[in-house]
Amino acid sequence: MAENKQSAEVIVSDVHKKIRAAFEAFDFESNNTVDAREIGTIVYSLGCFPFQKDLHDFISQVEENHSGYVHLDKFLPAMTKVLMEHKFPPIPEDLLLQAFEVLDKEKKGYLQPEELTKYMTQEGEPFTQEEMDEMLTALADHEKNHIYYKDLISQLTIDPDM
Amino acid sequence: MGCGFGKSEPQLKKCDRVSISVPAATAIRAALLIQRWYRQYVARLEMRRRCTWNIFQSIEYAGEQDQIKLYNFFGFLMDHFTPASSERNLISHIFRENEICRDTEWERYFCYKSVEVPDSYTGPHLTFPMTFCGVSKLVEAFKHKQQLHARYVLQLLGETWRLLRILANINHVSTCPTKEITICGDLHGHLEDLLLIFYKNGLPSSEKPYVFNGDFVDRGKNSLEILLILFGFLLVYPNDVHLNRGNHEDHIVNLRYGFTKEVLGKYRMHGKKILKLLQKIFSWLPLATMIDHKVLIVHGGISDTTDLDTIAKVDRHKYVSALRPPKPTHHAVNGSKTVNNNNTEDGGLVGGRRRVYSLTHHGSARAQRHDPPRRSLHNLPMSSQLNWSVEEELKRRRRLVGFDQSYGEVQKSDPDSDPESGETAETNEDEWKQIVDMLWSDPMPQNGCVPNEVRGGGCYWGPDVTEEVLGRHNLQLLIRSHECKQDGYEFCHNRRVLTIFSASNYYEVGSNRGAYIRMGPDLVPHFIQYQASRTSRELTLRQSVGWTERSALRALREQLFVHKSDLISAFQEFDPNNTGLISLRDWASATENVLKLGLPWRVLRSQLVNNTQYGMVNYQQWIRELSITEPKLEISDTSILETMYKNHSNLETIFRIIDTDHSGLISFEEFRQTWKLLCSHLKMEISDEAITNLAQSIDFNKDGSIDINEFMEAFRLVDLSAHT
Repeated sequence: MAENKQSAEVIVSDVHKKIRAAFEAFDFESNNTVDAREIGTIVYSLGCFPFQKDLHDFISQVEENHSGYVHLDKFLPAMTKVLMEHKFPPIPEDLLLQAFEVLDKEKKGYLQPEELTKYMTQEGEPFTQEEMDEMLTALADHEKNHIYYKDLISQLTIDPDM
Repeated sequence: MGCGFGKSEPQLKKCDRVSISVPAATAIRAALLIQRWYRQYVARLEMRRRCTWNIFQSIEYAGEQDQIKLYNFFGFLMDHFTPASSERNLISHIFRENEICRDTEWERYFCYKSVEVPDSYTGPHLTFPMTFCGVSKLVEAFKHKQQLHARYVLQLLGETWRLLRILANINHVSTCPTKEITICGDLHGHLEDLLLIFYKNGLPSSEKPYVFNGDFVDRGKNSLEILLILFGFLLVYPNDVHLNRGNHEDHIVNLRYGFTKEVLGKYRMHGKKILKLLQKIFSWLPLATMIDHKVLIVHGGISDTTDLDTIAKVDRHKYVSALRPPKPTHHAVNGSKTVNNNNTEDGGLVGGRRRVYSLTHHGSARAQRHDPPRRSLHNLPMSSQLNWSVEEELKRRRRLVGFDQSYGEVQKSDPDSDPESGETAETNEDEWKQIVDMLWSDPMPQNGCVPNEVRGGGCYWGPDVTEEVLGRHNLQLLIRSHECKQDGYEFCHNRRVLTIFSASNYYEVGSNRGAYIRMGPDLVPHFIQYQASRTSRELTLRQSVGWTERSALRALREQLFVHKSDLISAFQEFDPNNTGLISLRDWASATENVLKLGLPWRVLRSQLVNNTQYGMVNYQQWIRELSITEPKLEISDTSILETMYKNHSNLETIFRIIDTDHSGLISFEEFRQTWKLLCSHLKMEISDEAITNLAQSIDFNKDGSIDINEFMEAFRLVDLSAHT
């Protein structure tokens, strides 16, 4: 039992280290505070895949009285819980592939920018125009302007080192 | 930045789904999944971009701090050695501010008339007085990479100097409904950015007024071309083109950051003269611009003591370099005026940042306030074996002149000054501080006003100071530059302070956009952003981040390499049993202690440390794998080598200071003196034999003199992994 407890402590300590490191990157004044608008980036970079709605809720949980700032004291325990409970797990590659195939009605093996744009900006938790433009620049093939989703999924998948 | 969340709610408009032949719910689920996945990917990229940015910025500010340290050291030498000191003689000329000649005599010296333009010259010919056509021709010529002949350079600069002498310290501009004002920030020798601005916005004219907010030179390769273009337009439209002085419009700073080198490289015969004339021109540049008495534009910023009436009245040209006050006497403490606000709850300036005594703010009281160990000028570790102890020497000389105090105390008091000279010195000090603050300060989120110890000059000022100063002068907005911003501009202090930065790709291709402001009578700023270089526009997001990141990591690996021995010592402290392995956490700790760059090492770890065994780092192997090459020359003394790498910029600065005739060559004796100076600054020891050996091994021409450029080139670090 004692060994189990110890290894649990080690795990939590590791998780704390990861969280602090990610937090630090946005702690510009070195005072353990970050702008609330950066929380999304931090949460994602720790390997989480929340819905926008979840992020909203999480941020209101950790924000300091609508100040627009989040302090590490509140963020650390809340984020630790999220990671320990695997609250926003990664998306399995096969599920992602299925999702793309759903949108690729004609089963071409790729998506046209217009097709993707329609879904991304009108359905689910829609992208802004800026996000959409960025996505097309990032994902579309330079020559034919097609989005070859199969290759992209393996290329852009989660960084295992996180 | 980031993911753009919070901008809209999930939509479930069933009625819109006319053409989808897929079950609606499934499509929504698919879209949600892809959106989640993609937002996560973008966030990861953003994290990497943020870290890369931190790397560049930390290294940049550390370099500036280094320069100030060196300069403070020189100042100390000047003040506290007896006149016979040989080191003092080497550097005293940069502190000589009493111009014996009058302006008319200088005019004769700078006269262009004796400079002949040969028939073989294919560059542009200028006629004076300057016309719009003339400047446009100049812009075209520079676009085609032509070089302006020295005769025309001297002529143009001469005219500029004459004009600047009649301008006030503060430019006043009025808006009117038919013309908007364009405001540009730092350009730093990036000609492509200036050309891009002119392309997008139009050339300056009486219908198109411009304000350029300083830092036209250094770092980029075309500082001189930018100056010539800006001065050209200034001459043609003196009422519609306004230039503010930046902290880089300073010949001492130019020695280190490349402008001096650029001019000497492009103009071998007349470079020295051109530089001298520019020195005067810089000192005559106005300090600020005011729009409609409501918007203040300065290069750096403000402090709690900023007073525009004082600024308006100073003899600005007395302050040739912001790094040195006009009288080489004591640095009096302006104790009561400066609010040393150390907000420990917010942490203030605690953290990874290095700190050093700044130019204008001294006082031993500060020494008690900051807890974490810092490398100040006084606490540099002494080398264990000292033949020539600088400390002892200083003590001896101080005793000779009647001082018997520590450096810090000496800076506080000056028993030798008589009350009258003290008073004039006091006035100068106050003026000087105002100017330095205006050119060097940065805003901070916390209230208060503290010395800017990261850069070494000016202040960090808070929102309360902004409100007070703007209120006191009845202003509504402060526009400044001085700090690179990823999007080219950034608001702070409740949108009362606006930073504008016009050099895109400042750290590296793809690192940031540049921006400029358009402003009409409503005084509402509108922003236009851009990124020069076709290459960066064609890169995808991922490639752009990757490129910048690789470059930053290269710079960082160089820093790690030059601190090799210190790092190994630090690692060994965590490895008392000499296993050769330390934990990643200890690795991060040790690295930060040595480099003091304030970087998130744990996040960077995956990029810098490839090989770990069960979470442990084999540090000797890691250092070896940094893949930075050393020069091919046989230098047996590795500690000199390391000193050379660590103090690359300092060395070059000292060389260029010593090279008074700007020939690019120094003698053996001067070389030896350079090393002595550097070593006394670092409180290190170096034997004459070692210096002689070094000098002989690098005398490439075997003619007894050393070419500065060749020397620095030979010891430039090359990253072997650059081609992988």
